[in-house]
Amino acid sequence: MGDFDDLYREIILDHYRSPRNRGELESPPAHRVEGFNPLCGDEVVLSLLVEDGKLSDLKIGGSGCSISQSSASLMSSAVKGKSLEEVHQLIHTFKTMMSIHEAHLGKDGENEEPDVIDLDKLGELAALQGVVKFPVRIKCATLSWVALAQGLDEVAAEAS
Amino acid sequence: MTTTPLNVEALRKDFPLLARTVHDRPIVYLDSASSALQPRAVIDAMARYYETTHANVHRGVYATAEEATHLYEQARVVVGRFIGAPAPADEIVFTKNTTESINLVAHTWARTNLKAGDHILLTEMEHHANIVPWLMLAEDVGLELRYIPVDGEGRLDLSDLATLMARVKLVGVSAMSNVLGTINPIAEIAGVAHSAGAVVLVDGAQLVPHAPVDVTTLGADFLAFSGHKMMGPTGIGVLWARRELLNAMPPFLGGGGMILDVKLDSFRPAPPPGRFEAGTPPIAEAVGLSTAVDYLSDIGLDRIRAHELDLTNYALARLDEKLGSDCRIFGPPAGADRGGVMSLAYRDVHAHDLAQVLDQFGVCVRPGHHCAKPLMRKLGVQATARASLSLFSDEHDIEVLIEGLVEAGRLFG
Repeated sequence: MGDFDDLYREIILDHYRSPRNRGELESPPAHRVEGFNPLCGDEVVLSLLVEDGKLSDLKIGGSGCSISQSSASLMSSAVKGKSLEEVHQLIHTFKTMMSIHEAHLGKDGENEEPDVIDLDKLGELAALQGVVKFPVRIKCATLSWVALAQGLDEVAAEAS
Repeated sequence: MTTTPLNVEALRKDFPLLARTVHDRPIVYLDSASSALQPRAVIDAMARYYETTHANVHRGVYATAEEATHLYEQARVVVGRFIGAPAPADEIVFTKNTTESINLVAHTWARTNLKAGDHILLTEMEHHANIVPWLMLAEDVGLELRYIPVDGEGRLDLSDLATLMARVKLVGVSAMSNVLGTINPIAEIAGVAHSAGAVVLVDGAQLVPHAPVDVTTLGADFLAFSGHKMMGPTGIGVLWARRELLNAMPPFLGGGGMILDVKLDSFRPAPPPGRFEAGTPPIAEAVGLSTAVDYLSDIGLDRIRAHELDLTNYALARLDEKLGSDCRIFGPPAGADRGGVMSLAYRDVHAHDLAQVLDQFGVCVRPGHHCAKPLMRKLGVQATARASLSLFSDEHDIEVLIEGLVEAGRLFG
C-alpha cells in the first residue's frame, strides 16, 4: 500500500479531521473567491484579506474530499500572514510539486527547466507530494490553490 | 416466472478484463453503470471485421463493400429486434451514444414541433443528457421546463402528474436511474402523456442492458441507449423512434450519406434512418454492438435481470447487516422496481476517499455526481460512491466491497 500511504499521510488526515482557518471574513474588506471541481463536487470558498502587500488573514469554507479539504487547510497555514510575493512563490512551488505544466512556462511562454523544489520551504505542504501518483486527484489538491491565485489576481485588478 | 440461474463463474471467463489485477488484487468491477466490460466475442468480432471485411458502407459495389454494408444493416435489424421494434430497418438510427441520440431529437423533432410557451416535462432524477439539451432548446425557443419530483424513497412522485402535464409537448424520462436504480413506470407516465398529446422520450441507457425491453409495450415514442453500456464498444449509440415520427423529422447533421441529391443551392435529404446518419458511420462498432446483442440474448435478458435483482437484494441485505446505519443507500428498498445500481454514502467519508480506498482492494466504484447534479441537490449530497452490478457480478464482489468500506471507515473515521 506504499503509494496509497503516501497519498493519505498522517498530516493530510490530521488537516482533514481538524481543518485550520475555517470560516468566513467580512467581505468587503476581505475578497471572496469560489472554486469548484465540477467532475466530483469538491468546492472551496476563500475569504482573503490583503493589507499592505501582505495576505494578513484568510479563511476557508466549502466541502469536499479529504485531499481537497486538507490541501486547503495546509495552504491556509502556509500562506497566512505572508507577503504577496511569498504567497505567489508558494503557489508556484506547490503547482510545480503537483507537476502542473504551466508552472514550467517562463514569461515568454517558453518551456524552462523544471525548478528544483526546495522541500524545506514547503514544510507541511510536502505531505501532499503523494498526490502526483494519483493524477486524477491532482485537481482535488490544487483546487484551493487555483482559487487563491485567482482571488489574488482579482484583488490586484481591483486595486489598479 | 422463474429463470435458471446464471453460471457466473463460466460467464466471467468470457471477459478478458476480469483477469486483471489492480494493486495485486483481482479486479472487482462494479462500475457497469458507467461503462460495461466487453466479452471476448465482441472484441473478436470487431477485430475480425477489420482483418477481413472493412470497407466503407453504402458506397461501393466491390465484394468487401457489399459485405460491410450487409453487416452494418444487419446490425441495425439485430438491435431493432432486441428491443422489439416493429420495423427495425426503418426505425433504428445509429448515433454516437445516448447523449447524441437525445440531442438528435432535440434538434430535429423538438425544433420542428415546439414553439414558445410549450412545456417539456422531465424528472428530478434525469441524467444531464436528458436535461441539458432541453435547457439549451428552452432558452433558444422560449420553452418552460417542468420536473416530476422524486420522493423520499427515490421513486417518482406521480400524484400531480396530470396537472404537470398541461401544455407539455414532450416528456423526457429515464427508464432506470443511474444513481438510484429506480425503474420507472414508463407505461403509466406514457398513458397520461399521450392523453395530453405529448410524446415520450425514454433514456434507456441503464435499463436496456439489464432487463428485457419491448418498445411496442414500453410506451415510448423515442428510446435512446448506448452500445458501451450493454457490453458493446464505445462510440455507438442508438435512437429508436416510431416510424411516423422519424419520417417527419428534418436532418440532424448534414453531409454525405444522408442525402438523395445535392445541388449548389439545395439538397434533398434521404429517407430515415439514413437521413440521420451523416458521414461514415461507426461500422466496426455496429458489428461489435450486434455481437453484444447476440451475447446478451443468448444468455437471456430475463435471466440477467433475475440475477441482478437477486444480487442487489443480497447486497442491500449484507450492507445493512455489516454496516447498519453507517451506510446509507439511496433509492428504493430491495424489490422489483429497483435495478442493480447502488449509490451509497458511508458515514461522512467523502465519495472520492471511499473510492480511493476501495481501489486499493481492487474494487471499481464511481464517486461523484454521476451527471445528475439536480438529483444530488435534491438528495442533499455533493457526491455519492456508486456500485453497479452486471451479469458477471457475484456475492464475493459484494463481500470485497464491504471489506473496503469497513477499511475506509477505519481510516477516515
